[in-house]
Amino acid sequence: MANWKRKHLLGISELAREEIEFILNTTTSFKEVLGREVKKVPTLRGKTVVNLFYEPSTRTRISFEVAAKRLSADVINIEAETSSVRKGETLFDTGKNIEALKADIIIVRHNCSGAAEMLARHVNISVINAGDGWHEHPTQALLDIFTLREKFGRIDGLNVSIVGDIAHSRVARSNIWGLSKLGAKVTVCAPKMLIPVAIEQMGVSRITDNIDEALKDADAVNVLRMQFERDEARAFPAQLEYFKTFGITDERLEKVKKNIMVMHPGPINRGTEISSEVADGANSVILEQVTNGIAVRMAVLFLVSQGAKKVKT
Amino acid sequence: MKQKARIMDKVALQKTLKRLALQIVEKNKGTRDLALIGIMNRGIYLARRIAKLIAEREGFEPPVGAIDITLYRDDLSMIAEQPVVGRTEINFDITSKKVILVDDVLYTGRTIRSALTELIDFGRPQFIQLAVLIDRGFRELPIRADFVGKNIPTSKKEAIEVRLTESDGVDEVAIMEKDNG
Repeated sequence: MANWKRKHLLGISELAREEIEFILNTTTSFKEVLGREVKKVPTLRGKTVVNLFYEPSTRTRISFEVAAKRLSADVINIEAETSSVRKGETLFDTGKNIEALKADIIIVRHNCSGAAEMLARHVNISVINAGDGWHEHPTQALLDIFTLREKFGRIDGLNVSIVGDIAHSRVARSNIWGLSKLGAKVTVCAPKMLIPVAIEQMGVSRITDNIDEALKDADAVNVLRMQFERDEARAFPAQLEYFKTFGITDERLEKVKKNIMVMHPGPINRGTEISSEVADGANSVILEQVTNGIAVRMAVLFLVSQGAKKVKT
Repeated sequence: MKQKARIMDKVALQKTLKRLALQIVEKNKGTRDLALIGIMNRGIYLARRIAKLIAEREGFEPPVGAIDITLYRDDLSMIAEQPVVGRTEINFDITSKKVILVDDVLYTGRTIRSALTELIDFGRPQFIQLAVLIDRGFRELPIRADFVGKNIPTSKKEAIEVRLTESDGVDEVAIMEKDNG
Protein backbone atom coordinates (compact mmCIF):
# COMPACT_ATOMS: atom_id res chain seq x y z
CA MET A 1 0.00 0.00 0.00
CA ALA A 2 1.23 3.39 -0.88
CA ASN A 3 1.77 6.29 1.40
CA TRP A 4 -0.41 8.95 -0.24
CA LYS A 5 -1.87 11.28 2.37
CA ARG A 6 -2.62 14.48 0.53
CA LYS A 7 -6.06 15.95 0.39
CA HIS A 8 -5.00 18.78 -1.93
CA LEU A 9 -2.70 19.12 -4.89
CA LEU A 10 -1.36 22.67 -4.70
CA GLY A 11 2.02 22.41 -6.36
CA ILE A 12 4.91 20.22 -7.38
CA SER A 13 7.40 21.99 -5.12
CA GLU A 14 5.87 20.44 -2.00
CA LEU A 15 5.88 16.88 -3.36
CA ALA A 16 8.55 14.32 -2.64
CA ARG A 17 10.05 12.34 -5.49
CA GLU A 18 8.15 9.22 -4.33
CA GLU A 19 4.84 11.08 -4.40
CA ILE A 20 5.44 12.28 -7.96
CA GLU A 21 6.34 8.75 -8.99
CA PHE A 22 3.24 7.39 -7.30
CA ILE A 23 1.02 9.82 -9.24
CA LEU A 24 2.77 8.82 -12.49
CA ASN A 25 2.27 5.11 -11.76
CA THR A 26 -1.39 5.68 -10.93
CA THR A 27 -1.71 7.63 -14.19
CA THR A 28 -0.53 4.58 -16.16
CA SER A 29 -3.49 2.63 -14.77
CA PHE A 30 -5.95 5.38 -15.63
CA LYS A 31 -4.60 5.68 -19.15
CA GLU A 32 -5.73 2.11 -19.74
CA VAL A 33 -9.31 3.17 -18.87
CA LEU A 34 -9.17 5.74 -21.72
CA GLY A 35 -8.64 2.91 -24.21
CA ARG A 36 -11.74 1.02 -23.16
CA GLU A 37 -15.02 0.81 -25.00
CA VAL A 38 -16.78 2.20 -21.93
CA LYS A 39 -14.41 4.99 -20.89
CA LYS A 40 -16.03 5.48 -17.54
CA VAL A 41 -15.50 3.92 -14.12
CA PRO A 42 -17.74 4.38 -11.07
CA THR A 43 -14.94 5.46 -8.73
CA LEU A 44 -16.15 8.97 -7.86
CA ARG A 45 -19.87 8.29 -8.21
CA GLY A 46 -21.83 10.64 -5.98
CA LYS A 47 -18.98 13.15 -5.70
CA THR A 48 -19.22 16.69 -6.99
CA VAL A 49 -16.30 18.45 -8.61
CA VAL A 50 -16.35 22.21 -9.16
CA ASN A 51 -14.20 23.88 -11.81
CA LEU A 52 -13.64 27.41 -10.52
CA PHE A 53 -11.85 29.36 -13.22
CA TYR A 54 -10.86 33.00 -12.87
CA GLU A 55 -8.85 32.94 -16.09
CA PRO A 56 -9.83 31.80 -19.55
CA SER A 57 -8.92 28.20 -20.25
CA THR A 58 -10.15 25.60 -22.69
CA ARG A 59 -7.69 22.78 -22.47
CA THR A 60 -7.23 22.52 -18.73
CA ARG A 61 -10.87 23.07 -17.80
CA ILE A 62 -12.18 20.60 -20.36
CA SER A 63 -9.48 18.12 -19.45
CA PHE A 64 -10.49 18.27 -15.77
CA GLU A 65 -14.14 18.05 -16.74
CA VAL A 66 -13.58 14.99 -18.92
CA ALA A 67 -11.40 13.39 -16.23
CA ALA A 68 -14.03 13.93 -13.53
CA LYS A 69 -16.81 12.61 -15.77
CA ARG A 70 -14.82 9.50 -16.65
CA LEU A 71 -14.70 8.86 -12.91
CA SER A 72 -18.50 9.32 -12.71
CA ALA A 73 -18.33 12.53 -10.66
CA ASP A 74 -20.77 15.37 -11.27
CA VAL A 75 -19.09 18.49 -12.61
CA ILE A 76 -20.06 22.12 -12.19
CA ASN A 77 -18.22 24.84 -14.09
CA ILE A 78 -17.96 28.32 -12.67
CA GLU A 79 -16.32 30.98 -14.78
CA ALA A 80 -15.53 34.22 -13.02
CA GLU A 81 -16.71 36.23 -16.01
CA THR A 82 -20.27 35.02 -15.69
CA SER A 83 -20.57 34.49 -11.94
CA SER A 84 -21.04 36.48 -8.73
CA VAL A 85 -17.34 37.23 -8.82
CA ARG A 86 -18.35 40.11 -11.08
CA LYS A 87 -20.56 41.35 -8.27
CA GLY A 88 -17.53 41.58 -6.03
CA GLU A 89 -17.56 38.22 -4.26
CA THR A 90 -14.12 37.25 -3.00
CA LEU A 91 -12.37 33.94 -3.68
CA PHE A 92 -12.75 33.16 0.02
CA ASP A 93 -16.55 33.63 -0.05
CA THR A 94 -16.99 31.82 -3.35
CA GLY A 95 -15.00 28.90 -1.89
CA LYS A 96 -17.10 28.84 1.28
CA ASN A 97 -20.27 28.81 -0.80
CA ILE A 98 -19.04 25.94 -2.95
CA GLU A 99 -18.28 24.05 0.24
CA ALA A 100 -21.78 24.80 1.53
CA LEU A 101 -23.17 23.33 -1.68
CA LYS A 102 -21.58 20.05 -0.49
CA ALA A 103 -19.10 19.80 -3.32
CA ASP A 104 -16.13 17.50 -2.69
CA ILE A 105 -13.34 18.92 -4.81
CA ILE A 106 -12.61 22.45 -6.07
CA ILE A 107 -10.34 22.84 -9.06
CA VAL A 108 -9.18 26.42 -9.09
CA ARG A 109 -7.40 28.59 -11.60
CA HIS A 110 -6.58 32.10 -10.55
CA ASN A 111 -4.38 34.92 -11.75
CA CYS A 112 -2.90 35.42 -8.27
CA SER A 113 0.00 33.24 -7.15
CA GLY A 114 -0.97 31.42 -3.95
CA ALA A 115 -4.74 31.50 -4.63
CA ALA A 116 -5.14 27.71 -4.45
CA GLU A 117 -3.18 27.52 -1.23
CA MET A 118 -5.25 30.29 0.34
CA LEU A 119 -8.44 28.49 -0.65
CA ALA A 120 -7.15 25.19 0.73
CA ARG A 121 -6.50 26.83 4.10
CA HIS A 122 -10.09 28.02 4.38
CA VAL A 123 -12.23 25.18 3.09
CA ASN A 124 -12.49 21.62 4.36
CA ILE A 125 -12.87 20.06 0.93
CA SER A 126 -10.10 19.12 -1.51
CA VAL A 127 -8.45 21.80 -3.64
CA ILE A 128 -6.56 21.15 -6.85
CA ASN A 129 -4.46 23.94 -8.32
CA ALA A 130 -5.16 24.34 -12.04
CA GLY A 131 -2.74 27.25 -12.30
CA ASP A 132 -2.11 30.16 -9.92
CA GLY A 133 -0.52 33.28 -11.36
CA TRP A 134 3.11 32.72 -12.27
CA HIS A 135 3.51 30.19 -9.51
CA GLU A 136 2.48 26.59 -10.29
CA HIS A 137 0.47 24.46 -12.69
CA PRO A 138 1.08 21.03 -11.17
CA THR A 139 -1.11 18.86 -13.41
CA GLN A 140 0.50 20.32 -16.53
CA ALA A 141 3.96 19.44 -15.22
CA LEU A 142 2.76 15.97 -14.25
CA LEU A 143 1.38 15.32 -17.72
CA ASP A 144 4.58 16.64 -19.32
CA ILE A 145 6.68 14.39 -17.12
CA PHE A 146 4.34 11.44 -17.70
CA THR A 147 4.67 11.93 -21.48
CA LEU A 148 8.46 12.04 -21.17
CA ARG A 149 8.55 8.94 -19.01
CA GLU A 150 6.25 7.07 -21.36
CA LYS A 151 8.56 7.78 -24.31
CA PHE A 152 11.97 7.43 -22.68
CA GLY A 153 11.11 4.96 -19.92
CA ARG A 154 12.81 7.16 -17.34
CA ILE A 155 13.37 10.77 -16.28
CA ASP A 156 16.68 10.32 -14.52
CA GLY A 157 19.52 11.71 -16.64
CA LEU A 158 17.32 13.19 -19.40
CA ASN A 159 18.20 16.59 -20.79
CA VAL A 160 15.07 18.70 -20.94
CA SER A 161 15.10 22.25 -22.26
CA ILE A 162 12.32 24.67 -21.53
CA VAL A 163 12.15 27.48 -24.04
CA GLY A 164 10.12 30.65 -23.85
CA ASP A 165 8.69 33.06 -21.38
CA ILE A 166 10.11 31.49 -18.23
CA ALA A 167 9.46 34.58 -16.12
CA HIS A 168 5.70 34.52 -16.50
CA SER A 169 5.30 30.76 -16.72
CA ARG A 170 3.81 28.59 -13.99
CA VAL A 171 4.24 25.65 -16.37
CA ALA A 172 7.98 26.27 -16.38
CA ARG A 173 8.18 26.48 -12.60
CA SER A 174 6.21 23.30 -11.97
CA ASN A 175 8.22 21.48 -14.63
CA ILE A 176 11.56 22.63 -13.24
CA TRP A 177 10.64 21.47 -9.74
CA GLY A 178 9.28 18.13 -10.92
CA LEU A 179 11.98 17.29 -13.45
CA SER A 180 14.85 18.18 -11.16
CA LYS A 181 13.36 16.10 -8.33
CA LEU A 182 13.25 13.12 -10.68
CA GLY A 183 16.86 13.60 -11.76
CA ALA A 184 16.53 15.30 -15.15
CA LYS A 185 18.93 18.06 -16.20
CA VAL A 186 16.88 21.13 -16.97
CA THR A 187 17.96 23.95 -19.28
CA VAL A 188 15.95 27.12 -19.52
CA CYS A 189 16.24 29.28 -22.60
CA ALA A 190 14.68 32.70 -23.03
CA PRO A 191 15.50 36.31 -23.80
CA LYS A 192 17.48 37.55 -20.78
CA MET A 193 14.63 39.76 -19.60
CA LEU A 194 12.31 36.76 -19.38
CA ILE A 195 14.58 34.75 -17.09
CA PRO A 196 13.64 35.38 -13.48
CA VAL A 197 16.31 36.10 -10.92
CA ALA A 198 17.51 33.27 -8.69
CA ILE A 199 16.10 30.65 -11.05
CA GLU A 200 19.26 28.56 -10.61
CA GLN A 201 18.16 27.92 -7.02
CA MET A 202 15.15 26.01 -8.32
CA GLY A 203 17.35 23.23 -9.68
CA VAL A 204 18.03 24.45 -13.20
CA SER A 205 21.37 23.20 -14.51
CA ARG A 206 21.81 25.60 -17.42
CA ILE A 207 20.52 29.02 -18.35
CA THR A 208 20.99 30.38 -21.84
CA ASP A 209 19.57 32.87 -24.30
CA ASN A 210 20.90 30.89 -27.25
CA ILE A 211 18.35 28.47 -28.65
CA ASP A 212 20.90 26.28 -30.43
CA GLU A 213 22.81 25.90 -27.19
CA ALA A 214 19.59 24.83 -25.47
CA LEU A 215 18.74 22.28 -28.15
CA LYS A 216 22.16 20.76 -28.86
CA ASP A 217 22.08 17.93 -26.31
CA ALA A 218 18.36 17.97 -25.46
CA ASP A 219 16.31 14.78 -25.32
CA ALA A 220 13.19 16.91 -25.19
CA VAL A 221 12.23 20.52 -25.59
CA ASN A 222 9.20 21.99 -23.91
CA VAL A 223 8.15 25.02 -25.91
CA LEU A 224 6.19 27.65 -24.02
CA ARG A 225 3.77 30.06 -25.55
CA MET A 226 4.97 33.65 -25.66
CA GLN A 227 2.53 35.38 -23.37
CA PHE A 228 2.43 38.69 -25.16
CA GLU A 229 -0.73 39.55 -23.23
CA ARG A 230 1.24 39.41 -19.97
CA ASP A 231 4.37 41.09 -21.20
CA GLU A 232 3.84 44.54 -19.79
CA ALA A 233 7.55 45.27 -19.91
CA ARG A 234 7.57 44.60 -23.66
CA ALA A 235 10.58 42.39 -23.22
CA PHE A 236 10.28 41.27 -26.77
CA PRO A 237 9.14 43.65 -29.45
CA ALA A 238 7.80 41.52 -32.24
CA GLN A 239 6.43 38.03 -32.74
CA LEU A 240 8.39 37.60 -35.95
CA GLU A 241 11.62 38.58 -34.31
CA TYR A 242 10.95 36.11 -31.52
CA PHE A 243 10.36 33.38 -34.08
CA LYS A 244 13.67 34.18 -35.80
CA THR A 245 15.64 34.08 -32.56
CA PHE A 246 13.88 31.40 -30.50
CA GLY A 247 11.34 29.66 -32.74
CA ILE A 248 11.54 25.86 -33.00
CA THR A 249 11.89 25.07 -36.69
CA ASP A 250 12.86 22.09 -38.85
CA GLU A 251 16.19 23.79 -39.65
CA ARG A 252 17.05 23.98 -35.95
CA LEU A 253 15.97 20.41 -35.27
CA GLU A 254 18.12 19.09 -38.14
CA LYS A 255 21.22 19.91 -36.13
CA VAL A 256 20.20 18.10 -32.91
CA LYS A 257 19.26 14.63 -31.62
CA LYS A 258 17.11 12.93 -34.21
CA ASN A 259 14.44 11.75 -31.81
CA ILE A 260 14.21 14.97 -29.79
CA MET A 261 10.73 15.17 -28.32
CA VAL A 262 8.87 18.43 -28.90
CA MET A 263 6.32 19.34 -26.26
CA HIS A 264 4.02 22.33 -25.88
CA PRO A 265 1.42 22.94 -23.18
CA GLY A 266 -0.84 24.72 -25.67
CA PRO A 267 -2.39 26.79 -27.01
CA ILE A 268 0.28 26.93 -29.71
CA ASN A 269 1.01 30.03 -31.75
CA ARG A 270 2.22 28.76 -35.10
CA GLY A 271 4.99 30.94 -36.45
CA THR A 272 5.74 32.57 -33.10
CA GLU A 273 7.37 29.98 -30.82
CA ILE A 274 7.03 26.95 -33.09
CA SER A 275 6.72 26.40 -36.84
CA SER A 276 3.76 24.56 -38.26
CA GLU A 277 6.05 21.87 -39.67
CA VAL A 278 7.44 21.08 -36.22
CA ALA A 279 4.08 21.30 -34.46
CA ASP A 280 2.60 18.75 -36.87
CA GLY A 281 5.84 16.80 -37.37
CA ALA A 282 7.08 13.42 -36.23
CA ASN A 283 8.85 14.78 -33.15
CA SER A 284 5.79 16.53 -31.80
CA VAL A 285 3.85 14.92 -28.94
CA ILE A 286 1.57 17.92 -28.42
CA LEU A 287 -1.66 15.98 -28.90
CA GLU A 288 -0.45 12.99 -26.89
CA GLN A 289 0.10 15.46 -24.07
CA VAL A 290 -3.58 16.37 -24.26
CA THR A 291 -4.62 12.71 -23.98
CA ASN A 292 -2.19 12.08 -21.15
CA GLY A 293 -3.57 15.15 -19.39
CA ILE A 294 -6.89 13.38 -18.89
CA ALA A 295 -5.22 10.31 -17.38
CA VAL A 296 -3.09 12.48 -15.07
CA ARG A 297 -6.11 14.44 -13.89
CA MET A 298 -8.10 11.27 -13.29
CA ALA A 299 -5.24 10.02 -11.14
CA VAL A 300 -5.03 13.29 -9.21
CA LEU A 301 -8.81 13.50 -8.65
CA PHE A 302 -8.79 9.90 -7.42
CA LEU A 303 -5.81 10.40 -5.12
CA VAL A 304 -6.98 13.62 -3.48
CA SER A 305 -10.43 12.15 -2.91
CA GLN A 306 -8.79 9.18 -1.19
CA GLY A 307 -6.48 11.50 0.73
CA ALA A 308 -9.38 13.67 1.91
CA LYS A 309 -10.99 10.79 3.74
CA LYS A 310 -7.78 10.00 5.57
CA VAL A 311 -7.29 13.53 6.83
CA LYS A 312 -10.84 13.52 8.23
CA THR A 313 -10.41 10.40 10.36
CA MET B 1 -0.44 -12.39 11.92
CA LYS B 2 0.98 -15.82 12.54
CA GLN B 3 0.53 -19.00 10.60
CA LYS B 4 -1.91 -21.47 12.10
CA ALA B 5 -1.82 -24.25 9.58
CA ARG B 6 -0.69 -25.06 6.07
CA ILE B 7 -3.65 -26.48 4.22
CA MET B 8 -2.22 -27.00 0.77
CA ASP B 9 1.28 -27.70 -0.48
CA LYS B 10 2.66 -27.55 -4.01
CA VAL B 11 1.37 -31.00 -4.93
CA ALA B 12 -2.10 -30.45 -3.52
CA LEU B 13 -2.34 -27.07 -5.24
CA GLN B 14 -1.35 -28.55 -8.58
CA LYS B 15 -3.89 -31.37 -8.21
CA THR B 16 -6.61 -28.91 -7.30
CA LEU B 17 -5.90 -26.70 -10.31
CA LYS B 18 -5.95 -29.77 -12.58
CA ARG B 19 -9.34 -30.71 -11.20
CA LEU B 20 -10.64 -27.17 -11.67
CA ALA B 21 -9.41 -27.16 -15.28
CA LEU B 22 -11.14 -30.48 -15.91
CA GLN B 23 -14.41 -29.34 -14.32
CA ILE B 24 -14.42 -26.12 -16.34
CA VAL B 25 -14.04 -28.03 -19.61
CA GLU B 26 -16.62 -30.66 -18.60
CA LYS B 27 -19.28 -28.23 -17.50
CA ASN B 28 -18.85 -26.16 -20.66
CA LYS B 29 -18.68 -29.23 -22.90
CA GLY B 30 -15.31 -28.33 -24.36
CA THR B 31 -13.25 -25.21 -24.87
CA ARG B 32 -15.33 -23.44 -27.50
CA ASP B 33 -15.65 -19.68 -26.73
CA LEU B 34 -13.96 -20.20 -23.38
CA ALA B 35 -11.98 -17.29 -21.89
CA LEU B 36 -10.44 -16.84 -18.46
CA ILE B 37 -10.25 -13.55 -16.56
CA GLY B 38 -8.12 -13.46 -13.43
CA ILE B 39 -8.65 -10.92 -10.68
CA MET B 40 -5.52 -8.98 -9.63
CA ASN B 41 -3.09 -10.22 -8.47
CA ARG B 42 -3.10 -13.91 -7.68
CA GLY B 43 -6.27 -14.65 -9.63
CA ILE B 44 -4.32 -13.80 -12.78
CA TYR B 45 -1.56 -16.31 -12.03
CA LEU B 46 -4.19 -18.95 -11.27
CA ALA B 47 -6.08 -18.15 -14.49
CA ARG B 48 -2.87 -18.51 -16.53
CA ARG B 49 -2.09 -21.85 -14.91
CA ILE B 50 -5.59 -23.17 -15.47
CA ALA B 51 -5.43 -22.05 -19.12
CA LYS B 52 -2.15 -23.98 -19.52
CA LEU B 53 -3.69 -27.08 -17.91
CA ILE B 54 -6.69 -26.85 -20.23
CA ALA B 55 -4.29 -26.56 -23.18
CA GLU B 56 -2.43 -29.70 -22.07
CA ARG B 57 -5.65 -31.70 -22.05
CA GLU B 58 -7.57 -30.16 -24.91
CA GLY B 59 -4.90 -28.76 -27.20
CA PHE B 60 -6.45 -25.32 -27.08
CA GLU B 61 -5.40 -22.57 -24.71
CA PRO B 62 -8.23 -20.19 -23.89
CA PRO B 63 -7.32 -16.50 -23.87
CA VAL B 64 -6.52 -15.03 -20.43
CA GLY B 65 -7.29 -11.50 -19.31
CA ALA B 66 -6.55 -9.58 -16.13
CA ILE B 67 -8.93 -7.41 -14.19
CA ASP B 68 -8.13 -4.88 -11.45
CA ILE B 69 -11.25 -3.94 -9.55
CA THR B 70 -9.91 -0.99 -7.52
CA LEU B 71 -11.90 1.61 -9.46
CA TYR B 72 -15.09 -0.40 -8.98
CA ARG B 73 -14.73 -1.09 -5.26
CA ASP B 74 -17.75 -0.30 -3.10
CA ASP B 75 -15.64 0.48 -0.03
CA LEU B 76 -13.35 3.19 -1.42
CA SER B 77 -14.84 5.71 0.98
CA MET B 78 -14.30 3.40 3.95
CA ILE B 79 -10.90 1.79 3.60
CA ALA B 80 -8.09 3.45 5.49
CA GLU B 81 -5.11 2.55 3.35
CA GLN B 82 -4.41 4.04 -0.06
CA PRO B 83 -5.25 1.43 -2.69
CA VAL B 84 -2.82 1.06 -5.55
CA VAL B 85 -4.69 1.14 -8.84
CA GLY B 86 -3.55 -1.76 -10.97
CA ARG B 87 -4.12 -2.34 -14.66
CA THR B 88 -6.93 -4.18 -16.32
CA GLU B 89 -5.74 -5.95 -19.45
CA ILE B 90 -8.29 -7.76 -21.55
CA ASN B 91 -6.85 -7.99 -25.04
CA PHE B 92 -9.79 -9.79 -26.61
CA ASP B 93 -13.48 -9.07 -27.06
CA ILE B 94 -15.43 -10.77 -24.29
CA THR B 95 -18.75 -10.40 -26.12
CA SER B 96 -20.33 -13.85 -26.69
CA LYS B 97 -17.49 -15.53 -24.78
CA LYS B 98 -17.99 -18.02 -21.96
CA VAL B 99 -16.05 -16.12 -19.34
CA ILE B 100 -14.58 -17.89 -16.32
CA LEU B 101 -13.72 -15.36 -13.63
CA VAL B 102 -10.83 -16.66 -11.50
CA ASP B 103 -9.81 -15.56 -8.01
CA ASP B 104 -7.77 -17.07 -5.21
CA VAL B 105 -10.11 -16.68 -2.21
CA LEU B 106 -13.88 -16.19 -2.14
CA TYR B 107 -14.93 -14.40 1.06
CA THR B 108 -17.55 -11.60 1.26
CA GLY B 109 -18.29 -11.69 -2.48
CA ARG B 110 -17.77 -7.95 -2.83
CA THR B 111 -14.68 -8.28 -5.02
CA ILE B 112 -16.66 -10.54 -7.34
CA ARG B 113 -19.56 -8.06 -7.43
CA SER B 114 -17.10 -5.31 -8.47
CA ALA B 115 -15.46 -7.57 -11.05
CA LEU B 116 -18.85 -8.44 -12.59
CA THR B 117 -19.78 -4.76 -12.92
CA GLU B 118 -16.42 -3.97 -14.50
CA LEU B 119 -16.49 -6.97 -16.86
CA ILE B 120 -19.88 -6.01 -18.20
CA ASP B 121 -18.46 -2.59 -19.13
CA PHE B 122 -16.12 -4.47 -21.48
CA GLY B 123 -18.84 -6.30 -23.38
CA ARG B 124 -21.63 -8.84 -23.10
CA PRO B 125 -20.36 -12.35 -22.48
CA GLN B 126 -22.57 -15.40 -23.15
CA PHE B 127 -22.28 -16.02 -19.43
CA ILE B 128 -19.85 -15.59 -16.57
CA GLN B 129 -18.89 -18.42 -14.25
CA LEU B 130 -16.76 -18.16 -11.14
CA ALA B 131 -13.80 -20.36 -10.23
CA VAL B 132 -11.98 -19.93 -6.92
CA LEU B 133 -9.16 -21.82 -5.30
CA ILE B 134 -10.52 -21.40 -1.77
CA ASP B 135 -14.02 -20.66 -0.53
CA ARG B 136 -13.81 -19.54 3.11
CA GLY B 137 -17.46 -18.58 3.64
CA PHE B 138 -18.91 -15.38 5.21
CA ARG B 139 -20.65 -14.11 2.10
CA GLU B 140 -22.18 -10.63 2.32
CA LEU B 141 -23.81 -10.80 -1.11
CA PRO B 142 -25.81 -13.47 -2.94
CA ILE B 143 -22.80 -14.80 -4.85
CA ARG B 144 -21.54 -18.37 -5.19
CA ALA B 145 -18.73 -20.04 -7.09
CA ASP B 146 -19.32 -22.51 -9.94
CA PHE B 147 -15.96 -24.17 -9.32
CA VAL B 148 -14.34 -24.42 -5.89
CA GLY B 149 -10.86 -25.86 -5.30
CA LYS B 150 -11.38 -26.35 -1.60
CA ASN B 151 -13.94 -25.25 0.98
CA ILE B 152 -12.27 -24.10 4.16
CA PRO B 153 -14.44 -23.08 7.11
CA THR B 154 -12.72 -20.18 8.87
CA SER B 155 -13.44 -17.69 11.60
CA LYS B 156 -13.41 -13.95 10.93
CA LYS B 157 -10.25 -13.64 13.03
CA GLU B 158 -8.45 -15.79 10.53
CA ALA B 159 -7.16 -15.04 7.07
CA ILE B 160 -6.36 -17.29 4.15
CA GLU B 161 -3.07 -16.70 2.39
CA VAL B 162 -2.59 -18.15 -1.04
CA ARG B 163 1.10 -18.05 -1.95
CA LEU B 164 2.13 -18.62 -5.53
CA THR B 165 5.55 -19.01 -7.12
CA GLU B 166 4.86 -16.04 -9.43
CA SER B 167 4.36 -13.59 -6.56
CA ASP B 168 5.61 -15.27 -3.40
CA GLY B 169 8.26 -17.74 -4.56
CA VAL B 170 6.37 -20.75 -3.22
CA ASP B 171 3.17 -22.69 -3.95
CA GLU B 172 1.08 -23.16 -0.82
CA VAL B 173 -2.07 -22.12 1.04
CA ALA B 174 -2.06 -21.28 4.75
CA ILE B 175 -4.51 -20.21 7.45
CA MET B 176 -3.25 -17.21 9.36
CA GLU B 177 -4.46 -15.99 12.72
CA LYS B 178 -4.59 -12.34 13.74
CA ASP B 179 -2.33 -11.71 16.73
CA ASN B 180 -4.82 -9.90 18.94
CA GLY B 181 -8.08 -10.55 17.23
